[in-house]
Amino acid sequence: MTVMEQRDTRRTGAPTPPPAWQPRTDPAPLLPDAEPYRVLGTDAAAQTDPELLRRLYAEVVRGRRYNAQATALTKQGRLAVYPSTTGQEAGEIAAALALEDRDWLFPSYRDTLAAVARGLDPVQALTLLRGDWHTGYDPHEHRIAPLCTPLATQLPHAVGLAHAARLKGDDVVALAMVGDGGTSEGDFHEALNFAAVWQAPVVFLVQNNGFAISVPLAKQTAAPSLAHKAVGYGMPGRLVDGNDAVAMHEVLTEAVTRAREGGGPTLIEAITYRMDAHTNADDATRYRTDAEVEAWRDHDPILLLERELTRRGLIDEAGIQAVRDDAETMAADLRAHMNQDPVLDPMDLFTDVYAEQTSQLREQAAQLRAELDAEAETPGAEGSPA
Amino acid sequence: MTTVAEKATAAKPATMAQALGRALRDSMAADPAVHVMGEDVGTLGGVFRVTDGLAKEFGEDRCTDTPLAEAGILGAAVGMAMYGLRPVVEMQFDAFAYPAFEQLISHVARMRNRTRGAMPLPITVRVPYGGGIGGVEHHSDSSEAYYMATPGLTVVTPATVADAYGLLRQSIASDDPVVFLEPKRLYWAKDSWNPEQPVDVEPIGTAVVRRPGTSATLITYGPSLPVCLEAAEAARGEGWDLEVVDLRSLVPFDDATVAASVRRTGRAVVVHESGGFGGPGGEIAARVTERCFHHLQAPVLRVAGFDIPYPPPMLERHHLPGVDRVLDAVARLQWDQ
Ligand SMILES: Cc1ncc(C[n+]2csc(CCOP(=O)(O)OP(=O)(O)O)c2C)c(N)n1
Repeated sequence: MTVMEQRDTRRTGAPTPPPAWQPRTDPAPLLPDAEPYRVLGTDAAAQTDPELLRRLYAEVVRGRRYNAQATALTKQGRLAVYPSTTGQEAGEIAAALALEDRDWLFPSYRDTLAAVARGLDPVQALTLLRGDWHTGYDPHEHRIAPLCTPLATQLPHAVGLAHAARLKGDDVVALAMVGDGGTSEGDFHEALNFAAVWQAPVVFLVQNNGFAISVPLAKQTAAPSLAHKAVGYGMPGRLVDGNDAVAMHEVLTEAVTRAREGGGPTLIEAITYRMDAHTNADDATRYRTDAEVEAWRDHDPILLLERELTRRGLIDEAGIQAVRDDAETMAADLRAHMNQDPVLDPMDLFTDVYAEQTSQLREQAAQLRAELDAEAETPGAEGSPA
Repeated sequence: MTTVAEKATAAKPATMAQALGRALRDSMAADPAVHVMGEDVGTLGGVFRVTDGLAKEFGEDRCTDTPLAEAGILGAAVGMAMYGLRPVVEMQFDAFAYPAFEQLISHVARMRNRTRGAMPLPITVRVPYGGGIGGVEHHSDSSEAYYMATPGLTVVTPATVADAYGLLRQSIASDDPVVFLEPKRLYWAKDSWNPEQPVDVEPIGTAVVRRPGTSATLITYGPSLPVCLEAAEAARGEGWDLEVVDLRSLVPFDDATVAASVRRTGRAVVVHESGGFGGPGGEIAARVTERCFHHLQAPVLRVAGFDIPYPPPMLERHHLPGVDRVLDAVARLQWDQ
């Protein structure tokens, strides 16, 4: 056969796939629904357990009050900064409630509320933002990782912890929270990929609140939705109405259960909106209109719950007032505690850098000790007792 | 600990790579919490074969081929350590550890501190480093200065077969994160060492005098130790009796041993192959000067690699400080003559 003839048979022969090719997973079951999953305001809401509705309502109202109080504390100079989750409370609360005690929460810097809803003392939860210490609690005690400031870097930690738990035979699940901007980080990609390859019991919750500081989602990604990203890793993606506390609770609980039972990781995208600015230091009028913010008011998480509870006759004015009073008590308590100056010992700077202080740190600690002693002896010097 | 006599009879030649592998094996056998992970560490046994046989002996759950992502590897190790494991992470080559810097610096190094001691991270990060093996671009960096500049990290680097074993076992047993720098060009260096009965070595944070001398101190570590020992031999002919100090641990730094040596000899040269500007030698020279100023007969000198991106292999011999450059520096120590 001539070379020309060989070429001809190749051209006319039936195309055969390359030897190594085989589909790994059927993508169809992994794809998110076209519309965000909703319960409140639909017929399905009638099936929701009244107790769950009442609980979610009370927690979301408390959460809103917590956000308002913390924001007020920034204006009084009690907090250096506070990234509010006003408008996003449903996701924060659902994240906390979907977990069992033995599970772990991996919050971002914005998710103070999820940590508090999980049972963390509100004052301890705020040390990072107040500036007295980075992490004001023992993560093991509450199974809440430190609030994480570098974007998405806590996601691989969640994967590692969940993987380790499974290796030890514990049915522990890790839930990791991140914003829409954080999904562009390499660590987001690496975490999802590791989780899927290891089939680690992790749930990734992306709260898509429209903006990464000032940058809208359209400048962040070209994906059909953030939930679609799941398919590329081989895990299911779920799209959910992030302001619908019942839908959030359902989807998160389902994903947590699936992970616990060995079904592997899930990526959840919650569609929500950040009603406040990024933080108190941000000027949101530079990148969004009042009209846009207003459009979300009718889709407020509290309103959605209140409408449902009222429609089903599960709450009356007195009930609503009782929930508000409870939130008010929480806020007053937080205010009272935050208005006390924290007692700080500068010598703590040198503890816990290493298990054992190096000779270099011992020398530096001695230097600071001497400076403090000298300050204390100088009348009227800064930092000395009046 | 074996006695010196036992050591001599039982010792047989072993390479540094074998000693490192043995340390991993013994650590895994001693503590079920120890997990080895990285790229190609399982079936292949690592590109330098340091992890050879571990997956077979301990299973793939304890010696794991991970996806190819350094931040993911180290980030996952953080979570594993949070849950009570002791991950030993292999970074395939020095310059490929850079994607993991964010995890290393923002989390690994400071987790103990940010949680006030509640969450120590016993992670060992093994990084083959340095040049001299004819590696192509991105395979020969000396990145120790970056690690040294990060509080919370312990940074060690063995220069002998015994230290490779002993320091790695200590690193894995440490409750602090350790960056364990493995001098690539010493991987195949052989030494008499008994893998069946490894002896203890001095603890992390201790420098040792590898060669006593009286007329000047060469302060060095890792790949430059053999260079300094050779230079010390060569200098004998010129009437110099050089003391050679092997730092072994860059953080914590053994000020006491180094200063004691320089006070005895009155002269010092710091030798390393990473760049001199902003490099470890500047820090070491400053520390020595602060502590030994009145004993010094000459300024503390540095012999370092050039301040250039690591050169292509056909030119690397011009970059790496060799015996001659060390001897030139020693000659310059005759400051007043
Ligand atoms: C690695 C990293 N880069 C930049 C920043 C600065 N920064 C803080 S928040 C933020 C935007 C995050 O947006 P998103 O992930 O959508 O979360 P959101 O604040 O909306 O909850 C940026 C850029 C950071 N914290 N970490």
